[in-house]
Amino acid sequence: MSSNTGTPALPGTALAPGTAAPDFRLPSTPDQLVSLHEFRGQPVVLVFYPADWSPVCGDQTALYNELMPEFHRFDAELLGISVDGPWCHLAFAHDRKLRFPLLADFEPKGAVARQYGVYRSQDGFCERALFVIDAEGTIRWSYVSPVGVNPGADGILAALEGLAPKEKKI
Amino acid sequence: MTTRSSTELTLPVTDRDHIQGSTEALVTLVEYGDYECPHCGRAHPIVEEIRQQFGDRLRFVFRNFPLTQVHAHAEAAAEAAEAAGAQGRFWEMHHALFTHQNALDTSHLVQYAGRLRINAAQFGEALSAHTFRDRVREDFMSGVRSGVNGTPTFFINGMRHDAPFDLPFLSEAIEGVMGSGGDQGRAAGQS
Repeated sequence: MSSNTGTPALPGTALAPGTAAPDFRLPSTPDQLVSLHEFRGQPVVLVFYPADWSPVCGDQTALYNELMPEFHRFDAELLGISVDGPWCHLAFAHDRKLRFPLLADFEPKGAVARQYGVYRSQDGFCERALFVIDAEGTIRWSYVSPVGVNPGADGILAALEGLAPKEKKI
Repeated sequence: MTTRSSTELTLPVTDRDHIQGSTEALVTLVEYGDYECPHCGRAHPIVEEIRQQFGDRLRFVFRNFPLTQVHAHAEAAAEAAEAAGAQGRFWEMHHALFTHQNALDTSHLVQYAGRLRINAAQFGEALSAHTFRDRVREDFMSGVRSGVNGTPTFFINGMRHDAPFDLPFLSEAIEGVMGSGGDQGRAAGQS
């Protein structure tokens, strides 16, 4: 496997498909909290990324921003998560005109990333990891990309299609 | 369905595409690009050099991948290239856009079209009616499906080129595929 192809859920670390997605409650803005269970009944795409402002994250969020209409076709909610604080997220989202929430896994630092098995304790930030969670709250697909490589969106779309076989392929 | 990470071109090159070079070419280089992206602007002369270097042995295909949330003029520019293409002047407009990346507002697009002596009314109508929006989106989604994660992204005989796009890297990768009779990309795609 080349360094660019990434790895499916690192063995023994990232939560694997079939696992119940751990619930969480994290700030999406300095005065708002978002819980995973609020989205029960629709698919959720969790996008863990190392940091606001780093170049690869910028490309990745730009791509997902562009694809919001595609995610909405599956009634899916996309949530970005990093250890950056809510004020940092606010500035980043404003600068990049992001159309999806960024959650602050800030205090205790990386707690949610640890629950999902994607915290890099040696670095102090999380992996670049994707989870597709179905309407019942079960992880159906997970993927950990090399930290410097933008994982793109084809895997997410394929996983969402897997949840909704009636949805037409584009 | 846990391991999917596409690096293979999912939409084959057909006559729907804008193609420069011989149909007999051993190697097909496909670029997904954004006319307002500075990296794509930097890649433009490199692609020109690659085309000169390989001559008839290579054909080049350009597909649109406008990141419209980041680049305010990227969508209009992509539609403008397609509108010029509908009048047989795709590559001339393509070149004009990449060499004027800081002037891609509608008045400049119309100005470039004027220099190509194409039907101005038809061109203007295509822009205002967004005649080619679906076509641009089709390009974009085919890129997403093929693992395009930023611009520019190149595919050599259907396989994503993950090394840098500077001349030596791109040239070496193309030579590599040629050296294997053009089959290297296919073989790697099955691994």
